[in-house]
Amino acid sequence: MHALVVDDSRSMRSILGRILRDHFGMDVEEAVDGQAALDRLVGGDRPDLALVDWHMPNMTGVELVSEVRRRPELADLTILMVTSESEPEQIGEALAAGANEYLIKPFTPDAVADKLAMLGIAPGATGCNQTGEGSAP
Amino acid sequence: MTVAIPEFEYLQDVLHKHSAIVLSEDKHYLVEARLAPIARDLGFDTVEEVVREMKRGTDRALQERVVEAMTTNETSWFRDIHPFNALRDTIFPEIIERNKSNRTLSVWSAASSTGQELYSIALLLDSHFPEVEYWNLELLGTDLNNTVLERARAGSFSGLEINRGLPATMIARYFARDGANFVIHEKLRSKVTFRKLNLAAPWVGLPVFDIIFLRNVLIYFDPQTKKQILESAARQLRPGGYLAMGGAESPLGITDCFETVAIGGATFYRTESN
Repeated sequence: MHALVVDDSRSMRSILGRILRDHFGMDVEEAVDGQAALDRLVGGDRPDLALVDWHMPNMTGVELVSEVRRRPELADLTILMVTSESEPEQIGEALAAGANEYLIKPFTPDAVADKLAMLGIAPGATGCNQTGEGSAP
Repeated sequence: MTVAIPEFEYLQDVLHKHSAIVLSEDKHYLVEARLAPIARDLGFDTVEEVVREMKRGTDRALQERVVEAMTTNETSWFRDIHPFNALRDTIFPEIIERNKSNRTLSVWSAASSTGQELYSIALLLDSHFPEVEYWNLELLGTDLNNTVLERARAGSFSGLEINRGLPATMIARYFARDGANFVIHEKLRSKVTFRKLNLAAPWVGLPVFDIIFLRNVLIYFDPQTKKQILESAARQLRPGGYLAMGGAESPLGITDCFETVAIGGATFYRTESN
């Protein structure tokens, strides 16, 4: 699976990228804001999954989600918001814009796995390393 | 770092006397993980010093705190999702049809910890079965540990707890912020009850249940107590009722009171006479 991590914080991109690579065996790309992410998504060989922060320069995460959902060719992109914005109304706003799930910062790697499991994405073992975790439902 | 053998054996003894919980030799890590915060709080350098202070026997509050820390389970929302899918797709529709004349539905979360399991069931009922809104619902959570019971009653969860398995649609629909925490709406809180119960002691004042969740708790008990708890659970179920256990647990080989029923990806147990 191919993921795009969209966050203006370099350390957050690095943390999320590591979890997605190490626990899920994903190919991970990064984008520093919503506009850069949109530019990447409309290009070829696009990712299957985007993890999207809320507050970023140029284009916010929720604006990005709305833009993505306006484009039929991106309809099947799975979007997980990952943000410190955590008012239930904001969560509702992001879902209404078209986000599939919502993870609140700070989070643990287990919480990332929980959310991805809800989206039907199981930890992908790489090589013959046994995770002992079984596969998600 | 591990706790020295005399201190570990003392802890085993206290836990067994207090709650019939068996702390096996391979649980040194658990002692460290659970008691390190207490050591830090109280200014002890090591967990072993905490246990030594406990052994002096002069600080009853410390003893209670240690027992509580050792018996508290980490928990998440809709843990091991399969049993909840089975409730939604099969078990609740069946029980609601069966109970529609007396309009009652009762579920027991028998090791309820901070309440996520029972609240998950309440959320499932509220979001998928509006027809039971005015039924006589008995949603009971019990635990041995006063601290987690208080937290469960408050229905207040940290962001880290909210992140664990709770669908975003449910956060948006059923929670409000209170400072840094997320509090479940009163509508849901008013449907659940939490009370103290020691599973290893006689069960007093419990109603009968359509569904019992007894998950990931029997591992702490000795074989005789496991059998006693499972057979009590069988007697506490309504005819046709369901028992859920942890994914790695089963009553098979402990008691023959139950038969196994596979529903989707989940396994439930029913009393043989049904």
